[in-house]
Parts: sequence; C-alpha cells; structure tokens
Amino acid sequence: MSDEVRSSGYPLWEVFVRADRGLNHVHAGSVHAPDAATAVQAARDVYTRRAEGVSIWVVPSSQVHAADPDEAGDWFDDVKPYRHPTFYEIPEQVGHM
Amino acid sequence: MTNSAIPTASTLDPEERFDSLIDSGAKIEPRDWMPAAYRQTMIRQIAQHAHSEVIGQQPEGNWITRAPTLRRKAILIAKVQDEAGHGLYLYSACETLGVSRDDLNDLLHTGRQKYSSIFNYPTLTWADMGVIGWLVDGAAITNQVMLTRTSYGPYARAMVRICKEESFHQRQGYEIMLTLAGGSDAQRDMAQDALNRWWWPVLAMFGPPDSESTHTEQSMRWGIKLETNDDLRQRFVDMTIPQTDHLGLKVPDPELAWNPRREHYDFGPIDWDEFWEVVKGNGPCNQERIAHKRDAWDEGAWVREAALAHAKKHSSDASMSAHQ
Repeated sequence: MSDEVRSSGYPLWEVFVRADRGLNHVHAGSVHAPDAATAVQAARDVYTRRAEGVSIWVVPSSQVHAADPDEAGDWFDDVKPYRHPTFYEIPEQVGHM
Repeated sequence: MTNSAIPTASTLDPEERFDSLIDSGAKIEPRDWMPAAYRQTMIRQIAQHAHSEVIGQQPEGNWITRAPTLRRKAILIAKVQDEAGHGLYLYSACETLGVSRDDLNDLLHTGRQKYSSIFNYPTLTWADMGVIGWLVDGAAITNQVMLTRTSYGPYARAMVRICKEESFHQRQGYEIMLTLAGGSDAQRDMAQDALNRWWWPVLAMFGPPDSESTHTEQSMRWGIKLETNDDLRQRFVDMTIPQTDHLGLKVPDPELAWNPRREHYDFGPIDWDEFWEVVKGNGPCNQERIAHKRDAWDEGAWVREAALAHAKKHSSDASMSAHQ
C-alpha cells in the first residue's frame, strides 16, 4: 500500500455556509476531500445535517491568504473617530439624523 | 467588543500580548502567537476529544441492527452520524494548530493519544443505549457547555455546534429510559442494571479529583478550563439525581444523600484504580475499539485510492480542456 493511500492524501477545503437567502456565506469549518465536488458533499454531511444552510462554498485551504495577526494593531486600529457618525453633534431641535 | 482595550503587538512582546488576551477574555485564534505548551495542550485536548467522538460511535453502532423499532433505529443512526460529525468538527479545529489529520489518525491508531475511557465499556443490552444518551452524553454536555467559553477560538466554536446537537442525544436517551422504566418488570430490571453498570464510569468521565489533577491549574490559567473536575462532577450529580428519581431508579451508591448544609448531593468514593487501569489500556474493550478503528481505516484504503485517482483524472481532463 502506498504512503499516499495509507494516509488520506486528501487536500483540505474551507467550508462556507449560507444559512438562508439574503445572508452571506459564513465560514463553518473545513473538510478533507479529493476534489471540489466531493468536498461539497462532505461539507453537506458534516455542517448541514439540520437545515443549517441553503448553499455551500468550498475553497482549497491553500488558496486562503490572510493578514498577519502580528500586524493586526496597525492594520485594524480605529484611529479615525471622525469616520463614525457619533463624532458629530447635531442639535436636539434638528431631531433624528 | 473589548478589542480597543487589547494592547497591540507594537507595545508588548508576544507572550505579554498572549497573556493580556487571555486575561481580557478574548479568544486566541490560529495565527496568533501562543506558548508552545499552550499549543501542545490544545492539540492533546482537542485530539483526545475528537478521538472520543469517533470511537464513541462503536458502543452505539453495536445496537443499530438490533434497535427495537424502526423509529429507534432511525434515531440511533442519526445519533451515531452526529458523533462522526462531532469528531470531524474537532479534527478540523485541531488542524488549525498545525497538526495534520494523518498524524492524528496515526496517534490514535498507535495508542499514543487517548480517547475517553468511558467508551472502553461494553454495551450489553438495549438499556445501555438509554443510559449512554442520558448519562454519558449528559456528562459530556456538562463539560462541553463550559468549553463553549474556552480560550481557543476554533475549539470554542466547535463546542457551540456540538452542544446544540448533544441536547437531542441526551433527550432521546432519557426517553428510552422512561419507556423501559414504565414497562414490564424485565424492562425495568434491564434499565436498573444498565444504570448500575454505567454510573461510576460516568462519574469518572470528569477526570481525577482536583487534588490529583495535573493539568487543572495551568489549564485554568490559560482559560482552557473554566471549572474544575470536581465542580463539574458535582453539578452533574445534582442535575441527574432528580431525573433518576423520576424514573423510579436508584444509582448504585449507598452513600448518596442530599446534604442540606452544602445544598448538594453527597456521593461515595469513585474507584480511581479502575479508572487508571482502563486509561492504561486494561478496560474490557480497549483493544477491540482500536482494532476495529484500524481495520475500518485499512479497509477503506481502496475507496481513498479510487477517489484520488478519479480526482487526478478529472483535474488533468480539466487542465487539458483549458488549454484547448
């Protein structure tokens, strides 16, 4: 038996599930599968046994590129308060804006 | 959210940042820096949990062909399928820590990683399906509800998903017990016998007493565990005894009694020698469980081989047509 078959040899896929129409796909977890079609089938069995979704995406995990978490502070710090509506004071007489 | 209170990487060294995340109750995510010992502890704990779900299919799978009605059979199949799913959620969480699925399989198959000792006990009668759902899953829920708040994000998320599904497991088990307890004398005896055999191993599921638990202190410091083994065990006993009373059954413990001063049930000593013997591999079913798991893996090799061959052929077809 070759090493490839002794091991699963299957690539990893990230699974995204749309819970209902009108909602975005959300990351649910991952599955191992030999190809995309089988990955969708496995994702259905693993992540939607109780009507958790109406649509599934699978993406090869190797194709996901991420921001460096060590840079997270510099990247994501909220240093521009004037981008938020609460930065501005509107007179009460003007009412809701 | 508390994110604005978390010091950024530029102001702290990685370990101080890790500690401040833990202290603030924020989750640790896969690409964060973490102490090597935290990573190793998480891998060990999540893997052991995943292996438990997967091996846990066997004691119940044992009764699928002999379930008493079609309704019970359909329920049992769905439950065993859930256990497989729970194993996969957890392997998926474990792999985010940089360990491969193949390594995890290998560690289980060679006995270098453990699974919960409870699954090394045999399922002798149909009543065992009731007790497993009601008490084994009930004990697991008590632990897992705590773990929905554990510090490692992917593990906590897997726990949320699992806890939603475990509730069905526990209720279907209790329903089996209700049916047997309200049945003939023979059925009632069968229910009591199953409770007698499983009660002490179930209490041992929470792990050694706090005074002897080697991992508890560090795990609590790191927010992996939020409550101690003894506290979880006490909560489980307190919840379970009224359910037992309702069935008209008795747990096999002459020392069990309500303690109005503590406002908890007192219970007798657990046989930790038996627990450690089963952990070491000397339980009634240890060898059978692993042999069965290994055989299933080996016998599935041709399926994996065929699926990979199909995927390769399909991808070379696709790349050829892309060039045309």
